[in-house]
Amino acid sequence: MSLLTPDLGLLFWMLLSFLLVFGALAKFGFPIITGMVDKRREHISSALAEADKARERIENVEQEARKMMDEATRRSSEILSAAVAESQQIVDSARERADADAAARIEAAKSRIAIEKEKALGEMRATVATLSVDVAEKILRSKLSTEEGDKALIDRLVEEAEKRAER
Amino acid sequence: MTNRVQYLPRVLCTLLLLLLGVVWADVRAEEPTGGSVAVVESADSEASEVAEAEEKLDVVGLIFDHINDSYSWHIATVNGHHIEIPLLCIVRSAEGKWHAFSSAHLAHGHTYEGFSIAPEGAKWEGKIVGSAADGTTYRPIDLSITKNAAGLLINSLLLVTIILGVAGWYRRRNYSIHAIPRGFVGAVEMLVMSLEDDIIRPSVGKDYKRYSPYLLTAFFFIFTNNLMGLVPIFPGGANTTGNIAVTLVMALATMFAVNVFGNKEYWKEILWPDVPVWMKFPIPLMPVIELFGVISKPFALTVRLFANILAGHTVILALTCLVFISVSMGTTMNIVMTIFSVLLSVFMLVLEILVAYIQAYVFTMLSSVFIGLSRKEHHAAHKKH
Repeated sequence: MSLLTPDLGLLFWMLLSFLLVFGALAKFGFPIITGMVDKRREHISSALAEADKARERIENVEQEARKMMDEATRRSSEILSAAVAESQQIVDSARERADADAAARIEAAKSRIAIEKEKALGEMRATVATLSVDVAEKILRSKLSTEEGDKALIDRLVEEAEKRAER
Repeated sequence: MTNRVQYLPRVLCTLLLLLLGVVWADVRAEEPTGGSVAVVESADSEASEVAEAEEKLDVVGLIFDHINDSYSWHIATVNGHHIEIPLLCIVRSAEGKWHAFSSAHLAHGHTYEGFSIAPEGAKWEGKIVGSAADGTTYRPIDLSITKNAAGLLINSLLLVTIILGVAGWYRRRNYSIHAIPRGFVGAVEMLVMSLEDDIIRPSVGKDYKRYSPYLLTAFFFIFTNNLMGLVPIFPGGANTTGNIAVTLVMALATMFAVNVFGNKEYWKEILWPDVPVWMKFPIPLMPVIELFGVISKPFALTVRLFANILAGHTVILALTCLVFISVSMGTTMNIVMTIFSVLLSVFMLVLEILVAYIQAYVFTMLSSVFIGLSRKEHHAAHKKH
């Protein structure tokens, strides 16, 4: 029966030693151990999160770099094509201007020729006129007998002169 | 052939362990040797049947001597001479005076300062009794440091040294997160964390941090005492966790933690559970059953641990005693039984190491579950169906 009846003295010493052990370990023992492990776990998880973040950041940077590269290539091709277009334009405009210039020159030459021709025609007309006057004078002087017949002659002469001049 | 070379050290280690186990079991066997020799010597002059009867009686006595508490720490008996460590007896006499003396004064039935150990068959058998002025005996208030009390103190000291040593390992490294323990400190840390992660956190719930030091202390206290109880020589060998007083204190501590810090929901479940009113109003049927549960929980904790460890010690001792029982059966039988006994003792010791862990684990787990039940949150879904 003594197996099943707790002994007062042992109860006392058990209570005392358990309380002392509990006091010592609950204050200076287990919280330190579990605290350290928790701290380590926290550190590891935060380090992992940081690593993830860093990887993400690197990925972002890479993407940005790729984007910048793409942009640069796009810009350079744009610039290139713009330059080509511009050069084409310059060539075109130069050609146009040259054409216009040439046309203007031709026009000027033409007008000058026309003027010259007019002048020459005028001069010729004047010459013809003086010539005809001279001729008329001569004719008048020599043949001032019949007014009618003479006049017809004069007209015919003038007409002929004119025709010749026109040709 | 490289495989064989690889396995060689392992095989050697296993053999060495087996050998050590045999030696260990033999050391355990040493203890009863003295006892039975003494008995055989004293019985020599008597008839052989009486000697046999005494021998059989001695086995039971030996087992009970071990599993019961005693006032001195018996180590061995050589040629009828007891080698034992005397312990401190502290008693309060009927006059209210405290007496403290060595248990050596009480050996062999001596009386010291009016106190003696009650003889076999008398009232309070094996305990210190005082003799009053009128010649009657009485039981004084007895706070003696008995074998179990001394064992508890030694084991407590060992446990505190180990755990504070582990905590000190971190302190010496200034609590740096880069200090990762290995070896023994790492093993203790792993054990602590496995308990906290596998039992305490899932069972207790969200405020587990508050209970974790108590539950861990309970586990390590029981585990240390269980293991030290299996060590056959001096600092160990006290049957501490196999004593009902020890397990009762542990269970009461859990009961205290459960009921003192239990929340409103817990008490409502006990006093006014969600059952039809007729089951709780005129006759408080359910509250009585629930209250019975409150008491039976620590009772179960007490008896489970105490009975398991007690049974383990008893079986190991009985198996060891097989050697001495079989002496009378002839030499061949004795040799066969000795081999059988040593092998079985080794097996039982290994099994008891497992039991030492399992019982500590079970106690901690049940305590966690009981605490968790006393802290459970009110769930609305459960209220009305």
